[in-house]
Amino acid sequence: MTGWIAPAWSKMNHVNHKHIVGMPLPRKEGLDKVTGRAQYIDDMSLPGTLYGGTVRSRIPRGSIRKITFLPGIPWDEFVVVTAKDIPGKNCVALIVDDQPCLADRMVNHPEEPILLLAHPDRHLLPQAVESVKIEYDPFPALFSIEESERQQVIIWGSDNTFKTYLIEQGNLDEVWAKADYIVEGEYRTEAQEQLYIENNGVIASFDRGITLWGSLQCPYYVHKALMTLCNLPADKVRVVQTETGGAFGGKEEYPSMIAGHAALLAMKSGRPVKIVYDRMEDMLATSKRHPSRTRHRTAVTREGKILGGEIEFVIDGGAYATLSSVVLSRGTIHAGGPYFWPSVRIRGKAVATNAPPHGAFRGFGAPQSLFAMERHMDRIAARLGISPVEIRRRNFLKPGQSTTTGQTITEPIALDKLLQRALSLADYEAKKERFRSQNMSSSSKKGIGLAAFLHGAGFTGSGERYLASVVGVEGCADGGVRVLVSSTEFGQGTKTVLCQIAAETLGLPYEDVEIAQPDTEAVPNSGPTVASRTVMVVGKLVQSAALGLRQTLIGAGLLGEGHSREEFRTACANYVAERGGLKSWARYDPPSGIFWDDAKYRGEAYAAYSWAIYVAEVTVDLTAYGVTVDDFVALQEVGRVLHPVLARGQITGGVAQGIGFALYEKVVWQDGRMQNAQMTNYIMPTSADLPPIRVYFEELGNVHGAFGAKGIGELPIDGPAPAVVNAVADALGTGFDSLPLLPEGIFRGITPAATTGVDSNPAQGVR
Amino acid sequence: MRSNPADYELVAPGSLQAVLWLLAEQPGEWLPIAGGTDVMVQYGAGKLPARKLVSLWNLPELRRIEVSEGEIQIGSGCTYTDLRESTVVAREFPLLASAARWTGGIANQNRGTLGGNIANASPAADSLPALLVYEADLILVSAGGERRIPYLDFHTGYRKTLLAPGELIRAVCLARRFVKYFSYTRKVGPRQAQAIAKISIAALGQMADGLIEDIRIAVGSVAPTPLRLKETEGMLRGNSIEAALLSKARQTAVGEIRPIDDIRSTAAYRSAVTGNLVADFLRGMRDSRRSA
Amino acid sequence: MNAPRAQCDISLTVNDEFRTLRTFPMERLLDVLRGRLGLTGTKEGCGEGECGSCAVLLDGVLVNSCLVPVLQAQGAQVVTIEGLAERGRLHPLQQCFLECGGAQCGICTPGMILAAYALLKKNPQPSLHDIQEGLAGNLCRCTGYAQIWEAVAEASVRGNRG
Repeated sequence: MTGWIAPAWSKMNHVNHKHIVGMPLPRKEGLDKVTGRAQYIDDMSLPGTLYGGTVRSRIPRGSIRKITFLPGIPWDEFVVVTAKDIPGKNCVALIVDDQPCLADRMVNHPEEPILLLAHPDRHLLPQAVESVKIEYDPFPALFSIEESERQQVIIWGSDNTFKTYLIEQGNLDEVWAKADYIVEGEYRTEAQEQLYIENNGVIASFDRGITLWGSLQCPYYVHKALMTLCNLPADKVRVVQTETGGAFGGKEEYPSMIAGHAALLAMKSGRPVKIVYDRMEDMLATSKRHPSRTRHRTAVTREGKILGGEIEFVIDGGAYATLSSVVLSRGTIHAGGPYFWPSVRIRGKAVATNAPPHGAFRGFGAPQSLFAMERHMDRIAARLGISPVEIRRRNFLKPGQSTTTGQTITEPIALDKLLQRALSLADYEAKKERFRSQNMSSSSKKGIGLAAFLHGAGFTGSGERYLASVVGVEGCADGGVRVLVSSTEFGQGTKTVLCQIAAETLGLPYEDVEIAQPDTEAVPNSGPTVASRTVMVVGKLVQSAALGLRQTLIGAGLLGEGHSREEFRTACANYVAERGGLKSWARYDPPSGIFWDDAKYRGEAYAAYSWAIYVAEVTVDLTAYGVTVDDFVALQEVGRVLHPVLARGQITGGVAQGIGFALYEKVVWQDGRMQNAQMTNYIMPTSADLPPIRVYFEELGNVHGAFGAKGIGELPIDGPAPAVVNAVADALGTGFDSLPLLPEGIFRGITPAATTGVDSNPAQGVR
Repeated sequence: MRSNPADYELVAPGSLQAVLWLLAEQPGEWLPIAGGTDVMVQYGAGKLPARKLVSLWNLPELRRIEVSEGEIQIGSGCTYTDLRESTVVAREFPLLASAARWTGGIANQNRGTLGGNIANASPAADSLPALLVYEADLILVSAGGERRIPYLDFHTGYRKTLLAPGELIRAVCLARRFVKYFSYTRKVGPRQAQAIAKISIAALGQMADGLIEDIRIAVGSVAPTPLRLKETEGMLRGNSIEAALLSKARQTAVGEIRPIDDIRSTAAYRSAVTGNLVADFLRGMRDSRRSA
Repeated sequence: MNAPRAQCDISLTVNDEFRTLRTFPMERLLDVLRGRLGLTGTKEGCGEGECGSCAVLLDGVLVNSCLVPVLQAQGAQVVTIEGLAERGRLHPLQQCFLECGGAQCGICTPGMILAAYALLKKNPQPSLHDIQEGLAGNLCRCTGYAQIWEAVAEASVRGNRG
């Protein structure tokens, strides 16, 4: 472990105190978090609360033959809910609406919810759940991409395929003949568990309408789902986000399911119902990152210039469609990396298997396809005898060139300079040399590897237009200001940054601005808190709404164009006193020049891209075949850093998850069910496993984002895995194309076949 | 939390004698619980068959280290933290000190006990290989009295021990004769802390005139019990450490162990790493001699 | 269903306040703190002693309260996150976590701060390696630990300044 980074506080002396944006201000909810006062869902209770439990399928696929309530449980004290109790449509409304809220006759994955129980004594639930005996007639089930593709058994639709995409550019068929080399590779990633430290939980109460409190990212997603499930109009459903202990996408779509369950129990019992999962249930039953298989076939010149290529990107969506089409979209669009492809054909496909549906997890398809791209670049380099640095330099997108979807890069990004800076920060060339000679006489091997990548912020294509986000800024009776958004805080700093933006826009101190708790009764729908869109898209709308608020006061003659803080507060208070309230709204207005063709999958896929070069330094110990990350440089261009401490925290956290994805986190499956659903055997890195991650930013600005910011929430999880695996390949002289890369895999990869054993997880497929 | 506290009884009689009396009075009824780092995990998972528990936590008779001239006696109620803070353990029994250091994290070290680790008898338990090579004796105690047995005999099968009904481990006795030995130990797990070992090794050796005079190697997580590699030791004793010997030692060691494929790792990996660790130990011992 | 066992009387001092309650001896200390005593600052992340979110000080020593039956805390002094600030003034660790970005989603924060507190009590001038080891039993999914280590290092500097 190297390096020691000075705490951010010591940098405060150097910050311009005239501005709020760009300053490391204290988190709005920080005091509550460090004193234990922050209220997470399980810290809350209502009088008369019942606790809910879920009876789940034990088989991957089949029909339900019989349900028996075994003796020994006081069943008359329990509330029981089945699919028959659903007042509205038995589905978790999302995109395709194929996923039932409660299985009725068929189950399609292990842990699928079938029946709900509630009781006042929380301690009685586990045994009661175990005492509901369900008999099934099992049907054949599928557990891998290959099994699904074979279509010998059809488990979804007509061909097990949720969605396909095709991206084409140039004239690929002519390119093969012109190539000096054709390089092929297949790359695989497995499921990854989000592992937020706070499990999923909700409380529902019903009194003519449903009120739902919960640990969630998207209050309006849950709102829509409950309307459909409970057959209630919009004004009879209220969703409130409570302090959320981590999410990472795992609380994007899943909460609609647990919320539906609590709502059904609340409606049936007339009592408030709390459902909080324990760790095992959360890991078993909720979504994970989509497993993937990417195949590359690339035509290159002997100088290493990409002439064109074919990319096939396939993800395993699990048993229901949920968000697979959107994950596929992002993964497919990112599959070509930050490179210029004169000709390309990218086929994306999402297939069904009988696992619990895979879902949103930070990166959302991009970590999967970018892992493949960056491993493939190193493969091409090795094949051609060109360095990993050169191969990238020769193919980087330049301003004026266009991406695989034909989006012209208009900003002055210089990836070769970014690369140069990253290599310098990592001391790449010197270390590569030193390691090469050191390794010759050492029983542990050191290596250094890099990854170059990008991440598009905001919803794809016409997605933001479709969301039509609305933001409010409210003037309060005391002269202060309140931000009204459905964007949620779950550690990234939503509350802090949106308040900074409003404060700076209005020339107010940070302390004068607060933000409302996301409550669908009190805030407009500013869209889901996903896709790295909050600061960029929602922040921009906060700015607009704040400007609108000031304009209203000026228009009312209460405020001059230049004003002091006191003048603003007085004007605001007077306005509210006179007129009863002051709210300014801003609605998303699609920027001109953003054009997207959904049918051909061409055009401006994202309003802005952040760009990054990551460099990992590793040691591979040849006694136990384990990898230690000794140093990690994360350099990214992000438009503008609005809060240095929060921005850095996003990067270090995302890198840690990316390192986990690369080296530690494996889901062990057996017939569609996770076998290691405990923190003791699903392994995420501890404090003793990671080096201090070195973070550096560049800022080119962004016309579409608040104060020039682009999204950064997901970017940092895209790069670490390929950087680390490329470093391992550098250390050992052997490539690895599959994640996670565990010591057992390294052992197998560098040991002659005769001495290796059988892979204990047959679902892994081709290695 | 999958158990109902209302279904369980826990008593804390407060003295070793009172605990032993209870175990004798109601044989087979009471499960001893010390720091709870094993029992409470099972309880939380809804997988604890016992319904009546008797607390050994912080019993003064069990939580002390007695140092005499020829041996130390570590009370079974000593926590890993107690072991880490003991100067005699650090100085004279580094294999045990290391095991204490890499068990769990600080909070679990503050509660987990040596006696619990031994009695729980997991083949992956962190302290057991060290006790095998130090050839500890266990003092077992019941209402009927005490007996002292070699720890080498203690594990009779997967999670099966020589503990008789109503019997507890009172102390672990370690002879103070290993200060001059070369010692080597390593835990191989999925991460640096809070990890169950995939393979672990504790080894001691002493050379005389360039030949191996005494050698003890114990491994964990590669058999139903923690294992002394007697065959490998026999093969090594009396020889000088050359390349051919290393190769043969590796082979013999791999032949002695019985690793399996399980949720944590594979038999092939475990075999290979065991061989590597044995070779690493021997090379280390050879090189420490050379630099002496 | 078994016949319920007997409850017992427990008395203990929590954050300098003497508390008594009647409950089952195998109730987890975690649930007593959260459910009976209303001290919800201590969190449950895993229920198996792996994540450290439930960490408290029991007689001055860091423990995972999900693994402690309340009977074994009879007569003990317990400190939870709520007991760290004194007379409205934040402990330096709390202050430094705020300044250095040591808390993101906050769910690991109470346990993490107590683990850091226990570390600094034993080792007032820890190296980076000491801090990493001292916190290795507390999982954080948000920060990648970097800003947590800085917060602890900064708190040790301030603490040693007196």
